[in-house]
Amino acid sequence: MKKVVTMILAAAMMATTFAGCSGNGEATAMKLGASGPLTGSNAVYGNAVQYGMEIAIEELNAKGGLQLELNSQDDEGDVEKAVNAYNTLKDWGMHVMVGPTTTGSANAVAPECAADNMFMLTPSASGADVIKPGDNVFQVCFTDPNQGVASADYFAEHFPDAVIGVIYDSSDLYSAGVFSTFTSEAEAKGLNVVCTEAFTSANKSDLSTQVTKCQAAGADLVFLPFYATEAAQVLSYANKIGYKPTFFGCDGMDGILATEGFDPALAEGLMLLTPFAADGADERTQSFVKKYTEKYDTVPNQFAADAYDAVYAVYQACTQAGVTPDMSPEEVSQKLKAEFTSMTFDGLTGSGMTWDASGAVSKAPMAVVIQNGVYVSAE
Amino acid sequence: MNFLQYLINGISIGSVYAIIALGYTMVYGIAKMLNFAHGDVIMIGAYMSYCATNYLGLHPLVGLVIAMAVCTFLGITIEALAYRPLRGVPSLAVLITAIGVSYFLQNAAQLIWGSAPKNYTSIVSMEPLKIFGGGLVITGEVLITIAASIVIMLALTLFTGKTKMGKAMRAVSEDRDAAQLMGIPVNRTISATFAIGSALAALAGVLLCSTVPTLMPTTGSMPGIRAFTAAVLGGIGSIPGAMLGGILLGIIETLSKAYLSTQFSDAIVFTVLILVLLVKPSGLLGKTVQEKV
Repeated sequence: MKKVVTMILAAAMMATTFAGCSGNGEATAMKLGASGPLTGSNAVYGNAVQYGMEIAIEELNAKGGLQLELNSQDDEGDVEKAVNAYNTLKDWGMHVMVGPTTTGSANAVAPECAADNMFMLTPSASGADVIKPGDNVFQVCFTDPNQGVASADYFAEHFPDAVIGVIYDSSDLYSAGVFSTFTSEAEAKGLNVVCTEAFTSANKSDLSTQVTKCQAAGADLVFLPFYATEAAQVLSYANKIGYKPTFFGCDGMDGILATEGFDPALAEGLMLLTPFAADGADERTQSFVKKYTEKYDTVPNQFAADAYDAVYAVYQACTQAGVTPDMSPEEVSQKLKAEFTSMTFDGLTGSGMTWDASGAVSKAPMAVVIQNGVYVSAE
Repeated sequence: MNFLQYLINGISIGSVYAIIALGYTMVYGIAKMLNFAHGDVIMIGAYMSYCATNYLGLHPLVGLVIAMAVCTFLGITIEALAYRPLRGVPSLAVLITAIGVSYFLQNAAQLIWGSAPKNYTSIVSMEPLKIFGGGLVITGEVLITIAASIVIMLALTLFTGKTKMGKAMRAVSEDRDAAQLMGIPVNRTISATFAIGSALAALAGVLLCSTVPTLMPTTGSMPGIRAFTAAVLGGIGSIPGAMLGGILLGIIETLSKAYLSTQFSDAIVFTVLILVLLVKPSGLLGKTVQEKV
């Protein structure tokens, strides 16, 4: 018995050794690695990112120029698994890390990328600290501070007299990040914030108290910097008790209309800041939405669009900088670093996007309001 | 006025905890095992009812019956496949198996229904009661949930106290080997316990999702853990204890969110739990063997 096991293990070892060799030997395509929560409670975001990338790669490979290959790992949104996924990808021969999807994982993987000089471009991890570990770490989405500041500025401009209530998820880096910059900017602009309520991932199954407290404080504008899943609860409870303030969310709110079984009437008048609206009129957005819907049977959200842009941005930088698949990840990283900080990129989530040396993107968030179940520009 | 509103919200979520805790307590009391997959049976129940009403267009009550039937079957199957072969081994092994079953159910649900959350339409179509000119709102879900938890608690107490099967359950709970010697079919009795516990889980799932509309594969896990806490607080194994623990937990949680801090409500809830267990290690109502079902 022991012998058999030993043999099997030895065979498995040989197999993996050879697999490793063949992976590195032929370099005909740029190897893009990605990791995100493909299963678990945040799988909706990981899957959207993966699908968005797949569509971009399909389109680009069909062009016949530089070929791309994607290896997408499941990190379940878990920090440790994300680092393991990164190591798996490195063994696979990855040239560029296009991920991770979530901020927590990205915070763990970024220092690894910085140490290995592996170029990292996260489509959707919006935490402010993600890009700090090295000059080879970049973001496609705008950062949480950026969103918090933009929301506060938007309120100051459009709702100067509003009585504002805030509910946020203190256990989530994204939500807490937006909240903290929103608070300081709101103070600077002199906004009238009357109540600030938190919840955590452990007790988010009941948000009625937070909503009741906002109502009791007389808030007529309630800021909800968190994901659509919890926002649906807030909207539905507010509707039950007949509380009708203006609700305002950030990009995490995107996708609320796509939630199966969600009554769009609940979201009537809901406003959100987002870089991407699936009903956008431009041709590229429409073609992307059409392909995505046909292939995956759901409407793409901002995560899918960010991921699509990430692949296109890497592709554009690679072609412009003359990066080829036979280069080592370090060489690729050197070239891409120089290219990203100098190039201008037009994508689904913004045109004329540029990156500064810190790795943060500059693009304008826009506000939309939901009317009759569709996004309408709020301007 | 706000205080009353918070209190009602607390009792409402507490009643959901209570129904789930009743399932935990039944199974623990009789099979002497912590069925950590209970929370996930709740989720399966909610999905079943969602599918019946949204995809097959059935009446919500028919959906509820289907969900309860499916979960009853599921509970019996889980017990027969995963727990029965482990009877007689150290309880730690059973506990680990239960955690395994929990992951299995979550991942199976994700394969079948996908990871994207679904929005559950409440099965209660009652208009909310508005008292004091809208100052106090009591939704239909709250009334139904509270009523359901009380009815279930009374029914379970009567069932274990008066019926033949109930007596068999108490006998198995007290001494499994002796019960077997007396001619009580132990396996069938434990199956029946799982059947009842899982049917309750389905009902809890439907009521939970009617109150909090988000339905996803992890929907059951957090309320499941809360309810387990509630069962321990009330005295695990005790039916009235589960009810009391659930409602107390809901009220403490809501009031600490309302008046102390939304940020630290969990810390406060669990501090209370620790204090109670320090003073009464068997929980509020968990006293004598006779009181266990």
